[in-house]
This record gives sequence, structure tokens and C-alpha cells, in this order.
Amino acid sequence: MHRYIVTRLLLAVPTLAGAAALVFILMRLIPGDVCVIRMGAGGAHVDQSMVDLCHQQLGLDKPMILQFLNFLWSYVTFDFGTSMWSGNPVTHEIALRLPVSLEVAIMATVIAIVIAIPLGTISALKENTWLDHVVRVTAIAGIATPSFWLGIMSLILVLNISAMTSGKPWMPPIDYVPLWQDPIRNLSMVLLPAITVGYRYSAVTMRLTRSAMLEVMREDYIRTARAKGLLEQIIVNRHALKNALLPVVTLIGIEFAFLIGGLVITEQVFNLNGIGRLLVQAVQNQDNVLAQALVMLVVAVFVVTNLVIDVLYAWLDPRIRFS
Amino acid sequence: MPPLLEVKGLHTEFRTGAGLVRAVDGISYTVEHGETVAIVGESGSGKSVGALSILRLIPDPPGRITDGEILFNGYDLRRLSEPEMREIRGRDIGMVFQEPMTSLNPVLTIGRQITEVLEQHQGADGSAAQRRALELLDLVGIADAGRRLRQYPHQLSGGMRQRVMIAIALACSPKLIIADEPTTALDVTIQAQILELMKSLTLKLNVALIVITHNLGVVARYASRVNVMYAGRIVEAGSAEDIYHDPRHPYTIALLKSVPRLDQPRRARLDPVDGQPPDLTKLDGGCSFRPRCRYAVEQCSQARPPLASVGGGGHTAACFRSADLVAARDVAA
Repeated sequence: MHRYIVTRLLLAVPTLAGAAALVFILMRLIPGDVCVIRMGAGGAHVDQSMVDLCHQQLGLDKPMILQFLNFLWSYVTFDFGTSMWSGNPVTHEIALRLPVSLEVAIMATVIAIVIAIPLGTISALKENTWLDHVVRVTAIAGIATPSFWLGIMSLILVLNISAMTSGKPWMPPIDYVPLWQDPIRNLSMVLLPAITVGYRYSAVTMRLTRSAMLEVMREDYIRTARAKGLLEQIIVNRHALKNALLPVVTLIGIEFAFLIGGLVITEQVFNLNGIGRLLVQAVQNQDNVLAQALVMLVVAVFVVTNLVIDVLYAWLDPRIRFS
Repeated sequence: MPPLLEVKGLHTEFRTGAGLVRAVDGISYTVEHGETVAIVGESGSGKSVGALSILRLIPDPPGRITDGEILFNGYDLRRLSEPEMREIRGRDIGMVFQEPMTSLNPVLTIGRQITEVLEQHQGADGSAAQRRALELLDLVGIADAGRRLRQYPHQLSGGMRQRVMIAIALACSPKLIIADEPTTALDVTIQAQILELMKSLTLKLNVALIVITHNLGVVARYASRVNVMYAGRIVEAGSAEDIYHDPRHPYTIALLKSVPRLDQPRRARLDPVDGQPPDLTKLDGGCSFRPRCRYAVEQCSQARPPLASVGGGGHTAACFRSADLVAARDVAA
């Protein structure tokens, strides 16, 4: 198992290098210039000599290939550079935004799992009853409703309800406080987006759990378990769930990795200063160094998540563990 | 002593998109204590559904037992509640399925799959169940039982998995084992081993056995009595001797002729049963074997022949021409 994990981590190196090349090229294909944007922010005239000086300072005057090799080498030495826009180390910029993104992602995942697995299972076991129909309609609605619309609606709802009950409209706070410092303030900011995202997430997971469960319940070994006279709950928990969860684990992992960097619109709606928004800003500002660092972070999250999924798979399925 | 199992007029139906399928259409047979009874027929004849109906393992919907009695040890299994039925399954009646590859759960150890049935029915705790599981694996001839208990199904060969299935079926010392095509998925050499094992264990432990098969060779060697099924009905029943040496239904005769025999020249052509099994949604009032029968007459399309006694000793056949057949089949042979 240890050898397997080490091999997988080594295989991640070419993946990361490929991603690095891709983001490096893409960032340079976008028209615009960080120096021009930075100096001409007010639409004022920009002096070419100033731009040249700025390029020199940022190393943008060097040949592309050299820039790329510098970029790769700096990552090998764990030096991720400084933002071309703010001048702060990118690690600092990311450290400011990562907690909120991570918190929303983790909470949404927990919400999704807690809702989806029991409901998906019940829905499969009570196939074609009213309960199944209710669960399925809820799930389809969750998939069909864009998270940002749900977010806006839930904000309006909160505003109206608070205005009606206390006479003073209430909005979630906009500055992030870590959970351990002020749990109430933290949760009042993060809970709503986590629910909004978690609903769609749970809808997808619920549908997969249901179909996986339906398939497993038709397997021969379930019939064997019945023929043994086992209690229905043992058949479901011991015999069916462990088999049905295999595809569900994959989905949860991929969704989680996506949430770290992919919540651009939701972060916008709820005014969260997360990784997704930071990436959009970095691209708009032509801040190559920051954009590259963020993409590499998201790629790293995907690589690690996939590894965790594979380890979980091996734990769930002995056929993988012993081959 | 009353028979261990008495199936009377069992009907099992499936509601399908194509219509109502009478998979089991009024079958009756008995199984005595310690006796081996074979149920023979081709795919779709209702033999598996009939067996699953005894344990009430027909998925509902779409299937349903609509009529009949299943008297086991004096109780009508159809009248038991689901919890009572659960007590019977695995404890009084064990089941061995066709596909040893898929009938065991791939993510649980062999040991767990044996001990759970002991826990369920005998309240055995960890170490007692473990000891019994070891005994059972020894009993079914699995060497190195201690190591095997910790292994998973994919680490065992097909024959070994079927031995494990037999061990599970025997775990709670049942009175009856139903084996649904227990050897169909196995190599020929392994088939013989598994059948010998089942035969010797059922004799040794005095367990009755219903063996469902399409292989008449299996029947000849292992069963004392045989029920031949066609299109959801029993068309001929009798001792293995009767069925082999004095078949009285054209379907039985056709089945026997379709088996390759070593005592005949290799060039001799096999004589398969002509045509296809009937569509069970489109049966009329006549004999369901009529379209494939070379002895069919006008009468066969007008009424369904009832199962009637032919010769002594409980030999019955459902054919209007069973008396004429004797001459016809001997000439043909």
C-alpha cells in the first residue's frame, strides 16, 4: 500500500508539469499586459519606458522559454513567487482566501453526504413509491437549479424574513472570521453558501447513490443474503451499501476537488473572498504568477483527492486491494 | 410420517410489459425426509421460479405467488409472516445457487459470510461461530480452512466458491437444501466433485435435497425421484428409473435423446428438441408442448392433458398419448 501511494505521488509529477505548461501558455495567450493595466488603471497615458522598466522588474522581458524554466524551477524549490499585481507573496494571497473556500467545500460535502446517502438508499429501497418520487423530484430540482439563483433567492429570503421579524434587514457578514474565533459569525457567513452548493451536490450524489443501490440490490449475492434469512437492515448495511458506495466515493471526491477552485459565481453572489474569485481577479489583472499558482493549487487538490479516492477504493473493495 | 415438503398446486406469476407470465402454473410434488428429488427442464420452464417460491424469494413486484400451498414440516410457508419466514430461510432450508462467481459478496470475507448466518439463527458469538465455520469448511473439503476464512471470494476458484455456498447452506443443520443448477457454471470435472460432495453430505447429515437441473446425467446418478417441467407445469414425474427406462411424455423422450451418449457411435447424430420453448404470455388451452411434439394429434389442441398415472409406483405423465408412446418411442430408438 505504501509503495502504491509513493508511486502514485511520483506519477503526479508529470501531471503537475503538464498543467504548468498549459497554464503558462494560456496566460500568455490572453491579450493585455499586467504593467499597462496596473499603471493605466485610471485610463491615464502610460509611458513606454515605464512599462519597459516594469517588465524588467517582473522578468517579463526575458525569453518565454527562460520564463517557463524559471517558473518550473521556482516550484521545485517551493518558491511560488510574488503577485505581479499586489507585490505580496502568492502564498500570502492564497492563505487569506483558502480557509473560506475550504470551509465551504468541506461543509457542502458533509451536507451532501449526510443528505444524499441515506435518501438515495431509501429511495432505491422504496423504488416507485411516493417517497421515491419525492426524493427524485427533489434531486432533479437540485440539479436543474443553478446555485447562484438559489443563492440570490436564499439571500432575499433571509433579508425579508429578518426585516419582517425584527424590523431590521439582516445580511450575512462579508468579512471572514475563522470558525474557532467566532463560530456564530463564521457560520452565519458560510452556512448559506454551503447549503446552496451542498443542495446541488447532494442532488447529484443522491441520484448516483440511488442508481448504484438499485443495481446492487439486484445482484445475486443479495439474493443469497436473503436466502440466509438475514434481517433486511443487515442486507442493506453490510451487503449492499459497501458495494454501492464505490461509484459514489468517486463522485464525492471529484465534486469536492471542484469546489475548492470552482465556486466563482457562488463566491460572487455571497461576497465570499475565496479561491475562485481570486483566480478570476488574477486572470483579469494578467497576474500570471498568481494565476499560475492558483491553477497549480487546484491541480494539486485534484491529484491528492484522486489518490485519496483510490486508497478508499482499495479499503472498500478487496478485489483492488489484493491485485 | 408426513413428507418434509409438500407443494400443492403452486402458481407463481410475473406481471411483465408483454403480459402476465404464469411461470409456475400449478405444480405439485413432495419431498420426503432425507430424499433427493430432481426438477428437470430447459431454461424458462419455471423450475428456478418454483424453487425460489418455496423460500418466498420471488421479487415482488413483478412476481407473485398467486395460489397453492407449500407445506413444510406441517406449516404452510405461504401463511407465515415475513419474520417467521426469515427464521426458516437459512436455518431450516438452505439454498445453493447457480453462479458461484456472483452469489458470494465480493467485499466480505468467506468467514464473515459463513458466520453471519450462524449469528442470525443460532445467536453464535464470535469465537463459537468462527470454530463452526472452520468445521464447515473442513466438512465441504476445503483445505487450509483457517486461511480461507480470511480470504475474499475472488481469491477462490469456482469449485471452491460453490463448496463455500454449500457450507453456508449447511451451516445451521437444515432439513432441506435447494440447489438451483449448482454445477451449471462449473468445469465438468468440478461438477462431478460438487455433486458427489452434495450427495455424500446429504446422506451423512440426513438432509433432503431438491436439485434443479437441465442435465439428465445429474438426475440419473443422484436423484431418487424426478419431476420434469415444461412451460410452468410438471409434465412427467416418477422415480429416476421410470424416467430413464420408461419415459411417457414426448418432452422427456426428446430430452433423453438430446443427451450425447458414450455407448453409441460418435457419428450418430444428436437429436435436439426441435423448436423453441413457448412464449408463456401466449399459451392457449391446449397442451403447451404441442407445437414441438411429433406425436401431437387433434385432441392436444383442445384441452390440456392432466397429469395421470402411467404404470405403478407414482409414475405420472401429462400426455393424452402416453400409452401409444411406448410403441412409438421403441420403434424410433
